[in-house]
Amino acid sequence: MTYLYPQIIFSKLFGACLLASLMLLAPLTAQAEYGDVVLNNRAEQSGMRPVIFPHWFHRIRFKCKVCHTEVGFEMRAGANDILMADIIDGKLCGKCHNNKIAWGPQNCHLCHSGLPGLKTGIRGGDSTGGPGKW
Amino acid sequence: MVQNLMKGLLALCIGLGIAQGAFPAEPASTEKPAWLPLAQDDLHDPEGPGIKFLQEPAESLSTLPSDVVGNRVNWVRALDKGFIDPRINLYSNKKQKVLDLDVIRRKTGEMNMVRFPHRQHTEWLDCTNCHEWLFKSKAGATKFSMFDVLKGDFCGRCHGAVAFPLTQCNRCHSVPRRVSATPAADAGRK
Repeated sequence: MTYLYPQIIFSKLFGACLLASLMLLAPLTAQAEYGDVVLNNRAEQSGMRPVIFPHWFHRIRFKCKVCHTEVGFEMRAGANDILMADIIDGKLCGKCHNNKIAWGPQNCHLCHSGLPGLKTGIRGGDSTGGPGKW
Repeated sequence: MVQNLMKGLLALCIGLGIAQGAFPAEPASTEKPAWLPLAQDDLHDPEGPGIKFLQEPAESLSTLPSDVVGNRVNWVRALDKGFIDPRINLYSNKKQKVLDLDVIRRKTGEMNMVRFPHRQHTEWLDCTNCHEWLFKSKAGATKFSMFDVLKGDFCGRCHGAVAFPLTQCNRCHSVPRRVSATPAADAGRK
């Protein structure tokens, strides 16, 4: 067995305790609806509020495969590069948000409805609060 | 010995994390409503001009079959029982292709074996959502561990993000292993 210096042991113990406390705190602070996605790779840089995409609202109306095959969204928050120009051209969100199936892209504030400063990613409680968070 | 102590601590941490997720400090039914208003969800800007036009989660989710985790909705049951009738395509004529085939994953260590039911998954998803890029069709050809799932890969792409969370161990680890008389036979099965 390798010999560990006391300070290394101490720092590892401290790290473990920190990890434990973070895991305990994480689920308590999560208040978003499960599966909500924040899209802010481009929004705030362009002077708009971040987009909040609610999975719960969409899955009542569409099966997963509609967006994740026919529309072409990758199943990883942040992995899709979404430009307003594409949406206006009828791609990605614009396949539905075209004033025919759902409201059109002129309704900026219905999608761009997030609090300033949010980071791109998937939200909502009920994860392990641990390594499952990416 | 120190390493064993560290391993124990890590196990305790994961255990605490899972326990916290599985048994939230505040029960959903009493003080805190299951679905927070959008203005209080720490995501939507209460000052934003659009928020008053958006549907509140409680309005629709409270009418669907309930669950104890996630959106507090059992989505599979909601679909099976006809509470919801989501569209399967937008412009294509692709038909719904449901596959009723269970896959049992046996190498699950101390846990019950995993039963993966294709039916519930193909009710929502297309074959290409998972095959072949993420999971090979050939049984046993895709090697992954619970750590990969916890990191958000394989099953964890959806479970822990939009499908029921990873705190629900027994929903997947649902098939008990028969205990053999000889330990050697058990070792072979794992």
